[in-house]
Amino acid sequence: MKYIDPHIHMVSRTTDDYMRMALAGCVCITEPAFWNAFDRGSVHGFRDYFVQLTQYEPRRAGKYGIEYYSWICINPKEADDPAFAREVISIIPEFLESERVVGIGEIGLNKNTKNELVILEEQIALASEYDQLILVHTPHLEDKLKGTRLIMDAISANSGIDPDRVLIDHAEEHTVSEILDRGYWAGLTIYPNTKCTPQRAVDIIEMYGPDRIWINSAADWGDSDPLSVPKVRFEMRQRGYTDELIEKITHRNPVEFLSQSERFHYRYE
Amino acid sequence: MIKEKIHNTLTSKEVIDRYFPENRAKLIDLAAFFDRMDRTSDSHAAGSDYRLTAFFEALNILSDGEANRAGRILEIFSDKTAELPQSADGVKGATGAAKNGE
Ligand SMILES: [Zn+2]
Repeated sequence: MKYIDPHIHMVSRTTDDYMRMALAGCVCITEPAFWNAFDRGSVHGFRDYFVQLTQYEPRRAGKYGIEYYSWICINPKEADDPAFAREVISIIPEFLESERVVGIGEIGLNKNTKNELVILEEQIALASEYDQLILVHTPHLEDKLKGTRLIMDAISANSGIDPDRVLIDHAEEHTVSEILDRGYWAGLTIYPNTKCTPQRAVDIIEMYGPDRIWINSAADWGDSDPLSVPKVRFEMRQRGYTDELIEKITHRNPVEFLSQSERFHYRYE
Repeated sequence: MIKEKIHNTLTSKEVIDRYFPENRAKLIDLAAFFDRMDRTSDSHAAGSDYRLTAFFEALNILSDGEANRAGRILEIFSDKTAELPQSADGVKGATGAAKNGE
């Protein structure tokens, strides 16, 4: 069975991972721009990264039969210096022209600061101006609940954004209900120690239903697992879920959300 | 709001058969964590640590018989303050529990 991992940072992963993902049934991924474990010193560093996400990485994925799309933005961790963040934002529009870019992301908050929030608002405005989908990163651990609410308030304050075109990622049991109730899509990220386990992700689906939810690995340079999505599929199978439901959560739902971008050409079969 | 749209098709016995061993191990790990704390040179100080305070509050939820235990425990660990710092300069990374009201 085919699956999509709609949030994974392949620039931090090896070709062995691509191979294992392909063997497990991965046919398509989307990679959001993020903090690469160190702060870049200049706008040139971001430009090189965006070129990697739009030109180099799609070819690397293609060698394993995996269709590749990316999201462009300045991530919240590096957005705490507004003057610098604005310089980076000024080069984003040229990358929105790329045939591989499906939206602005992952934007959001890290430590829930005023500086981060103002840059978040400016990137929401950019998404509105260029009619882009939005992928949201919500903060870690104790900062998640407050940050998720601040982010949703900032998005709803921009009348140009339809919540149906926004996915709020790294949701957990204390945030998922509010995200769905406010009309957004919710992402469940499977991590070994933080965020969700495969079991908890399936529990959340049992509690809130299978609509407007996607599952991802968000695998990167830290403790994470590029085979998270197939592990959730395995957990659903263990619980006696139908193939149709497993297929919906891990394949059809991401296609439904991403197809709102005119750049997303993956064909669901 | 919890919609309970899907129920898994397993019986309670099947859920226990499948998940008891891993959760038994987690419970013993937790007990050993508290025992380890007791053996520290300043074990009396542990109780005033904001993370452990939240931890003990969360433990009560496990046995209260109410729904959405995971969500309510996550809320206990969450920052409930309203103020926003101007910048992240000097702000510590997330530790897993908030210093609410401290
Ligand atoms: Zn990410």
